[in-house]
Amino acid sequence: MSGSVVDNTVSSGNSSAAIPTDVSGQILDLDEDDDLEVFSKDTTLTDGSSFNASMQTSPASMINQYKFEEDADTKDIFVTVDNPESHVTAIETYITYRVMTKTTRSEFDSSEFEVRRRYQDFLWLKGRLEEAHPTLIVHPLPEKFVVKGMVERFNEDFIETRRRALHRFLNKIAEHPIFSSSEDFKIFLTAASGELTSHKKQGPGFLSRMGDTVKAVAAAVRGVRNRPQEFTEMQEYVEAFSQKIISLDKVTQRIVREQKEYLEELKECGPTYALWSQSEEELAEPLKNVAGCVDRCCKETEEQVKNLSDHLIPVLHEYVLCADTLKAVLRRRDNIQADFEAKTEALATKKANRDTMRDDLDKAEDRLEWANNALKSDWTRWQKVMRTDLRSAFVDTAERNVSYYEKCLAVWESFLHSQRTDAEGNGKVDFS
Amino acid sequence: MREREMQSRGTDMPTQERKLLLKKMEISVAEAEKRTGKNAVNMQETYTVYLIETRPVDAASEGTNPVPDSLWRRYSEFELLRNYLLVTYPFLVVPPLPEKRAEFVWHKLSADNMDPDFVERRRVGLENFLLRVASHPDLSSDKIFYSFLTEENGWKETVFETGFQAKADSRLKALNATFRVKNPDKRFAEMKHYGDELQSVISQLLRVRARAADRLYGVYKVHGNYGRVFSEWSAIEKEMGDGLQSAGHHMDAYAASVDDILEEEEHYADQLKEYLFYADALRAVCRKHELTQYELEMAAQDLTSKKQQREELATGTIRTFSLKGVTSKLFGQETPEQREAKLKMLETQIEEGEELVKERNAECEEFVKSAWVDIERFKEQKDHDLREALISYAIMQISMCKKGIQVWNNAKECFSKM
Repeated sequence: MSGSVVDNTVSSGNSSAAIPTDVSGQILDLDEDDDLEVFSKDTTLTDGSSFNASMQTSPASMINQYKFEEDADTKDIFVTVDNPESHVTAIETYITYRVMTKTTRSEFDSSEFEVRRRYQDFLWLKGRLEEAHPTLIVHPLPEKFVVKGMVERFNEDFIETRRRALHRFLNKIAEHPIFSSSEDFKIFLTAASGELTSHKKQGPGFLSRMGDTVKAVAAAVRGVRNRPQEFTEMQEYVEAFSQKIISLDKVTQRIVREQKEYLEELKECGPTYALWSQSEEELAEPLKNVAGCVDRCCKETEEQVKNLSDHLIPVLHEYVLCADTLKAVLRRRDNIQADFEAKTEALATKKANRDTMRDDLDKAEDRLEWANNALKSDWTRWQKVMRTDLRSAFVDTAERNVSYYEKCLAVWESFLHSQRTDAEGNGKVDFS
Repeated sequence: MREREMQSRGTDMPTQERKLLLKKMEISVAEAEKRTGKNAVNMQETYTVYLIETRPVDAASEGTNPVPDSLWRRYSEFELLRNYLLVTYPFLVVPPLPEKRAEFVWHKLSADNMDPDFVERRRVGLENFLLRVASHPDLSSDKIFYSFLTEENGWKETVFETGFQAKADSRLKALNATFRVKNPDKRFAEMKHYGDELQSVISQLLRVRARAADRLYGVYKVHGNYGRVFSEWSAIEKEMGDGLQSAGHHMDAYAASVDDILEEEEHYADQLKEYLFYADALRAVCRKHELTQYELEMAAQDLTSKKQQREELATGTIRTFSLKGVTSKLFGQETPEQREAKLKMLETQIEEGEELVKERNAECEEFVKSAWVDIERFKEQKDHDLREALISYAIMQISMCKKGIQVWNNAKECFSKM
């Protein structure tokens, strides 16, 4: 796979040591919150200075850190996202969500926190995590709403779907052995709005990010030469998985569409039976009864459609985004390797500056080893999580479908029962 | 089931029991076959014939089980039979034939008369028609009907020989009567209105149902895609593979189950259609009543005017405008002899007129009496049949729900093994 140029998520070589203080506010055009492009997915791992404090710099210890253990029973942090509220200022209108944290971890100053965050803040957090860990897999955020205008963003259903997705996002971060100890994550959960804003302004500035992107593009064009087999297999898997999950998403959306059209027609049946009952005498009662049954089945069908839209589709959609994340992660790893390969070659061919070049090469080697191990471990982890998520989403869907049919069954059985009691009273009908 | 049902209904009317053909004879439309032949204009055509089998009831109970008598008939012959019955028994609600062309179809059913599903449903409908006629207290003893079932050759000629076509009322005449009748029996007017409503609402129901069936088909069939994708996905997974694969099979089963579901619903639609066409037969009886009533009124009106003319002639006064009166004023009076002759003619006409009125009155009364009896019988039959139809619809829905529960429980088990 050749490096694609249209990609924000490419890595780069060194970041410049002297980082200009923040110019982002002046240069980037931040109009709508969810149009904010997180420009760099900087992969600087050379010096620890631009980093979260909890990261250590020795490669060996870093590698050790990536030996994850599943510690499901010792969950010591609980995060919820709820309570969307609309904020109106002179410039813009936006939604904030309440983020509540309960934890027993010692790094936290207290055991409970409550803050308000907007979508932009989540985007920032995601960006930071990706910068710090280019070959770890960050769970996707719900998408920005691109298509329709202002009004749609504040639609109740949209907000609720987004809220659920943001909740899932934070929980995935909290459950991740590395991400959950990220300083940025902690600040996200605990800092007051002003604090968060000033913290956000730290970190590599816009210009350096630009520079890194250029370098990253160059690396991507170079391409990787000796990709280890396991990563090629991973890539093949991701390609295939991506196709399948996209298909599932499409199939499910099609089902929802067909169900809605079915519902439209079914809604006319009940009233027709009711109309008929008005011309009849003996038949009036059973006809009215049937009309009622059809109407009740309509309600159940409506709910079933909503369930699909609210529960299954968002999860499938997240995994479509996940597939893209995985592709990006693999690309970044490739770029790190390409960089190492380029430096190796340079050392072999060039005569000047051999000492600095050897230094650079060593660091590039370390970075590569680190990146590979990180990816391998997180890959295993991700597969388990994916399996759990999709399994429970489908089990849940199946359960809801069973429930839907059970409710409709009850409706029609009650109709039969009423007719049976009538018939036995009149001594007429044979049910054989 | 229908046959037994109809026989058992006969038990409410012990004296009628003996008359019912169905009590003496088993009737069925056993098969359908394609034939090709030359038609009236000497062109090749393909048509379907239906095998009518009959067997005396006693034979089966004696345990000998002889081969039934049988003959083949085309749809057009059934139509001829029905037209004959309509004309001969205008005071009866004559059972309808299954539709000539497939209507209220949803996308899967073809509207083609040669389509095997359509032919099969028509076969059932034709059998139903014969059973209905054979269990009718009056129609079952008709000779033409009997020979339809038993005489393969020459039946058509026999029907035409009855001259029934001459007795048929022209449409124009009937329409005219509908507009001009002054005092139709209120009950018939109400029945006609009911027939209109019944036809309208059942048509609407059939249309809506067909559209909903079409959509439901789509919902189920799309689930088949899950089957395909799960299967493909299972190929790239290790632990999840088995669960996905088997879940996929259940999705395929779910998608396939809709065919049976909708086929059963077609039977329900056919039951509704029968009464859609029955509504027409009901209205035909009401229209016939209007016609007989109108003819009575015409005869009475004619008589009244003749009596008036007689009076005028006798007293010499002209109370009503008449051309004769004007011309006689203009061109002079008639001679006494002419007047005598006219009076005599009028007297004869009046006598005849009174006879006619008496006749028509009797006809009308007779018609109203017989028709109303049959309408009451029809009402009871309709209430019973349609209630049964609604119950069978509920049973169908329950069956569909049970299938759904089973499939999704199976799928759930497979998913939990993912």
